[in-house]
Amino acid sequence: MRTAAAFATPVTPASAAAPAPHARLEGVTRVYPARSGGDEVHALGPISFDLRQGEFFSVVGPSGCGKSTLLDVLSGLAKPTEGTVTFEGAPVDGKVPDGVGVVFQEDASFPWLSVEDNVAFGLRRAGTDAAETRRRVEFAIGFMGLRDFRRAYPSQLSGGMRQRVCIARTLVMQPRLILLDEPFGALDQQTRLLMGDELLRLWRETGATVMLITHALDEANLLSDRIGVMSARPGRFIEVVETGWDRERDSSLAERSEFGAVTSRLWSLLRGESLRAMGQGQAAEKRA
Amino acid sequence: MTAAAPPRASISVRNARDPVLVCAAIVIGWQLLHELAGDVAITAPLPTLSHLLHMVGQARFLPHLGETAMAFGQALAISWIGGVVIGLLLGGHKLTGEVAEPVLVTLYSLPKVTLYPVILLLFGLGMQAKVAFGAFHGIIPVALFTLNAVRNVPAAQLRAGRAMRLSGVQQARHILLPAALPEVFAGLRLGFSLTLLGTMLGELFASQRGLGFLLMKAIDLHDVETILAIAVLISAFAVSANMALLAVDRRLRRGAAPAGHGA
Repeated sequence: MRTAAAFATPVTPASAAAPAPHARLEGVTRVYPARSGGDEVHALGPISFDLRQGEFFSVVGPSGCGKSTLLDVLSGLAKPTEGTVTFEGAPVDGKVPDGVGVVFQEDASFPWLSVEDNVAFGLRRAGTDAAETRRRVEFAIGFMGLRDFRRAYPSQLSGGMRQRVCIARTLVMQPRLILLDEPFGALDQQTRLLMGDELLRLWRETGATVMLITHALDEANLLSDRIGVMSARPGRFIEVVETGWDRERDSSLAERSEFGAVTSRLWSLLRGESLRAMGQGQAAEKRA
Repeated sequence: MTAAAPPRASISVRNARDPVLVCAAIVIGWQLLHELAGDVAITAPLPTLSHLLHMVGQARFLPHLGETAMAFGQALAISWIGGVVIGLLLGGHKLTGEVAEPVLVTLYSLPKVTLYPVILLLFGLGMQAKVAFGAFHGIIPVALFTLNAVRNVPAAQLRAGRAMRLSGVQQARHILLPAALPEVFAGLRLGFSLTLLGTMLGELFASQRGLGFLLMKAIDLHDVETILAIAVLISAFAVSANMALLAVDRRLRRGAAPAGHGA
């Protein structure tokens, strides 16, 4: 039996009355300075919201609405122009805090390292001792189904397998908050569904809080406890939709009638925003 | 599974077979040219090789070889170290790199041999001019490759490093360096060939020692056998050095996509 006990992070029971938020954004905006010949770009916010301890939160929104910017700011990869970000009560200030793991949309595996060494990378840089590193790498490789490929190099793997390597590389650091920026964006639909199930299993077994950025409404619906629907740029939450799914769920959920209702709800919220975003894009093209 | 490499034995057989075939083809082609052109232009392979052996065995030959080796060694050191340093400095800063690249490309496209008189005036007749001319050929491509190697490190890899809380030094040592290394090495390989070319060109004109000097003397005396013997010696050195560098290159690229041999 595979157990996540070794990985367990303190999970506050969902029933606890108003638990402290795991991460919090207060009045966060992000404005990109003007580039030659253009105006400054107000990409995000103001956004204020709480990420609950142990929840699966997804963010959907029209393309270019600042979803990735939101992730950058929340993770500490970028500083907010205004407002504050806190993680576990401590301010996040332009540096990724300990306990936060990030998985990117682009393939970020290191081509010069084998799968095993890719997964061990973060632990080795952090100076974790060899026995502990071995134990954790072993777990993460097994968890992500990479046992047969441990000595392979990324170029020998498919896109889906490479993304698994990146997730394993994050998982091995035992993050309490996992941020994923469209991690399955480059994968085909079937692989996406299976990876979604993997992600749910990872979320359940580690007890981590997960925030997933995606443009696939059914994916957000299937995976999440709550879905934040963002407006066209500057991105703000128009509404946060609660799905109410059981913690023990998988892709078979898609057959249920309530599932369709949630997806329809998301689309009715997003339709107008997506049209606006398209208009923004065309206007930008004309200017250019 | 997908990770399985082709059986090792077939690789080594193929590795040994190809160079042998190439050498055989060259010798046959050489012999044919000799039959067509005669001893006036091309001596036959066998006599040429025996002349080469005889030449290398002579005591007065070694100082010339040493002179060329010394000039090439110094020029190569300048090309490699200088090129990598320049490339790193220019590639590390986005705008500087964007400005510098076309300048370097233009400089590189100059017909350098026309500037050799200037180099002779600057450095005088002798070792220094040869070294300068060799380095002049090699340093720009090495710098260009290094510059692009640094610029082409995928942003996602650097971001992943930051997400794993790497310090600046760790980023440079554990991500930037290994990510850029294969392309930097490709530059070193090209720099090697061009520095050799530059050094030899430098020796052909206005020098008193070295293989290039022997070559010019042989041309004056119409000593075809010596001309070809020196050509064979230099080619053999260039080819074997290039093969060694290629072997390292392949090892560095073992992780990269097999099709990514470009640039």
